[in-house]
Amino acid sequence: MQNTSIQFKKQVTIKLADTRLQDALSRLQSRFVEGRSAVISEIHDLQETRTAAAAIRDRVINNLEHWLVHFEQQATARGAIVHWAETGADVNRIVAGIAAQHGVKTAAKSKSMVSEECGLNDALELAGVKVMETDLGEYILQLAHEAPSHIVAPVVHKNKEEISDLFAEKHHLSRKTGIAELCREAREVLRPAFLNADMGISGANFLVAETGSALIVTNEGNGRLVTTLPRVHVAITGIEKVVPTLEDVTTLLRLLPRSATGQSITNYVSVLTGKKNAEDHDGPVHFHIILLDNGRSSLVGSEMQEMLRCIRCGACMNHCPVYQNIGGHAYGWVYPGPMGSILTPLLGGIEKSPDLPNASTFCGACAAVCPVKIPLPDLLRKLREKQLQRGMKSWQETFPLKVWAWLALHPSIYAMATRIGVRLMRMMGGKEKLLHTLPGASGWTEGRDFPAPSGKTFRELYKRGEGQ
Amino acid sequence: MRIGLFVTCLVDAMRPRIGFAAIKLLGAAVCEVVVPKLQTCCGQPGYNSGDRKSAEALALKFLAEFESFDYVVVPSGSCAGMIRVHYPALFKDDPALLARFTALGQRTCELTDFLANVAKPEKMPGTFQGTLTYHDSCSGLRELDVYNQPRALLATMPGITIKEMVESTTCCGFGGTFSVKYGELSTRMADNKCQHIADTHADAIVGGDLGCLLNIEGRLRRNGNHSTRVLHVAEVLSGMDEEE
Repeated sequence: MQNTSIQFKKQVTIKLADTRLQDALSRLQSRFVEGRSAVISEIHDLQETRTAAAAIRDRVINNLEHWLVHFEQQATARGAIVHWAETGADVNRIVAGIAAQHGVKTAAKSKSMVSEECGLNDALELAGVKVMETDLGEYILQLAHEAPSHIVAPVVHKNKEEISDLFAEKHHLSRKTGIAELCREAREVLRPAFLNADMGISGANFLVAETGSALIVTNEGNGRLVTTLPRVHVAITGIEKVVPTLEDVTTLLRLLPRSATGQSITNYVSVLTGKKNAEDHDGPVHFHIILLDNGRSSLVGSEMQEMLRCIRCGACMNHCPVYQNIGGHAYGWVYPGPMGSILTPLLGGIEKSPDLPNASTFCGACAAVCPVKIPLPDLLRKLREKQLQRGMKSWQETFPLKVWAWLALHPSIYAMATRIGVRLMRMMGGKEKLLHTLPGASGWTEGRDFPAPSGKTFRELYKRGEGQ
Repeated sequence: MRIGLFVTCLVDAMRPRIGFAAIKLLGAAVCEVVVPKLQTCCGQPGYNSGDRKSAEALALKFLAEFESFDYVVVPSGSCAGMIRVHYPALFKDDPALLARFTALGQRTCELTDFLANVAKPEKMPGTFQGTLTYHDSCSGLRELDVYNQPRALLATMPGITIKEMVESTTCCGFGGTFSVKYGELSTRMADNKCQHIADTHADAIVGGDLGCLLNIEGRLRRNGNHSTRVLHVAEVLSGMDEEE
C-alpha cells in the first residue's frame, strides 16, 4: 500500500468536515471504549497479566532469530513450507509463485493487515489470480475500492446506509437496509467464492514456535473456511508475531479480544498446524507460511524495539482522541492511530511521515490501555527527537522553543522578557481580556480566543508582597 | 514541613493568582512555603518537541533549586509529571543523577495530591456557591493518578455541587505546541470538551492545569459563551476565584 502520510494535515481538514465520517466515528466510543471497559475488569489481575504479556513478547523479540528458526523447524516438521520475505514485493512474488505452481485461478482471502502492507491483491490480480476478500469489512472495502481505516474493524468509517447503497449497486439486487439482511446477502454472494477458491490466504495473529502453528482470532467464520476448504493455504504475517508456547498464547488471548472488540473471547480461535495428512478429513493439501520483515528486524535492539510487542488489538486507536476525530485514512498507510504513527515512520521512512509523530497531545490514553504495555507516547517523543536530529523540523517551530529554553536558563532576562510579554498581551486583550489574534500562533487563534494574562507576573507580585 | 513551590511558567505569566492561591492553601495546611526565586520552566515544551538537551539543562537547574525541600508542590499535573516521571527518565544512564532525580520525584506532588494525601488539612480556606464540573487533565490523571484528590477536596466545601461531565478524562486538545501546530484538530477536541461542559449546565469548569483551562476557556469564549467560569482548582479551594 502506498504511503501517503505526508498529506496528513490536509487530510485532517477533509476528515473533520466529512459529516458522514464523523457520524460513523461517533459510534467508536460506545462500541470499542465502553466495550473494552465492560470486559477488561473480568481479568482480576489485569496489571500483572499485562506485565506477563509484555514479558512474553519481550522474551521473543530479544531472541527473535532463535524463536523464528524454532518455529520454522516445527512448522516444516508438520508439512508446512516457510518462506522468508524481506519486503512486501517479496511476499507478492512468493504468493504469485505458489499460485502459478498450483495452477491457482481464484483465491479467497480472510483479513490480513500484513497483506495490505504488501498491496497483495493488486499484485495477484496482475498475475492473473482473482482475489475475493471474505471478511465482511474487507469485502465491503474491496467492492468500494477503499483501504481499511482500522486494523480490527476495517470499515468502521462507513455507516450502514453507505453499505446498503454499495451492495445494491454492486450486487444488482434490491436495496436492503437491515444489518441481518445485508449480512445474509454478503454471505450468499461469498459462499461460492469459498467453495470455488483454489487458494486460501489468511494472516496470523500469532505463530506458535513449539508447534509450528499459525493462530488466527476471528469472529465471522470466514477464516476457518479460507484456511481449510481450498487445497492451498497461504498464511502471511510479520516476523515479530512468533510466541514460544501455546501456554503463552493463552495469556495473550486473555487480553487480545477484550482489548480489541470488548469480547471475552472471539467466536473462533483457530490453531492451524501443518498440512492435511492422510488421516485428516479436511485441511489444505499445501500449507505455506510467509514471514515478512519489511523493516521490523531493524527495530530489534533499537530504542524503538518495544513497538514490536504490538499484538494489533487496536485499543490505542479506539482510545485516541485524535483517531476518534479523524478516523484511520488520514494517517495515510495501513496502520493508523498511535501504533500507526510509530510504525508508519519506522517501516516506511521517517522522512515520509513528518506529521505522524507530532500529531499527538501525549494524553497517554493509548499507553494506559495497551495490553502489552508499549510506552506509545515515549516512542512518539523519541521519533520527534530523531526528526530534530535530522533537521526535519522547520525553524518556525524550533526557533521559538530554542529562545524559550535559553530564556528559561537565564532567570533575570526571563523575568524581564515575561514582564514585557504579559503587559503587551494584557494590552492586546483589551476590555474583554481576550486576544483574538496572536502573532505566530494563528493555529490557536483561528479557532479559539486566547485569554489575556492579568498583566503582571507572579514573580513581580510576589517580590512586592502583593496579591496575598 | 518545608515546601518548595514550583509556580510553573504558565501560572507565573498568565494567572499569578493561582500561585498565591497555592501559597494560601499550603499555608493553611501549616506548611512553610518557599518560592525559589530563580525558577522558570520545567522544560516540557522542548522535551516534548524532541529537544532532550534543553530539557536536561532545565532539569539540572530545577534540581539545584528544589532538591533541599521536604516536598516540592506544583499547581499543575503536567509539570509535576515532568519532574516526577520524565526527569528520572532523562538521566536513566547516569546512576548518581538518576538517584537524585528519583528522590526528588518521589517528593514532588501535584497540588491537590499533596493536600489530599500528604498535608490533609481539615478545612479548605475558600467558600464557593454553585455547580462545578471537573476536567481531568491527562498528565495528572495518567502519570500521577490524580482523580479523586481534587474531587475529595472540593467535596469538603459546603456550597459546591459537583456535576460530572461525560468523558471528563478525555483530552481537551491542548497538548502544548500541538494546540498551535494542529490548531484545527485541537479546536475540534476542545469543542467536544466544551459540549460536554455545556451539557452539565455547571456554573464553572474547574481543572488542575492552566494550559488545558486556557484552551477550554479560549474555545468557550470564541463560541460566545461568556458565562461559564473557567477556574483552577486552587482558586476555588482557596476562595481566590475573583479578580482583586
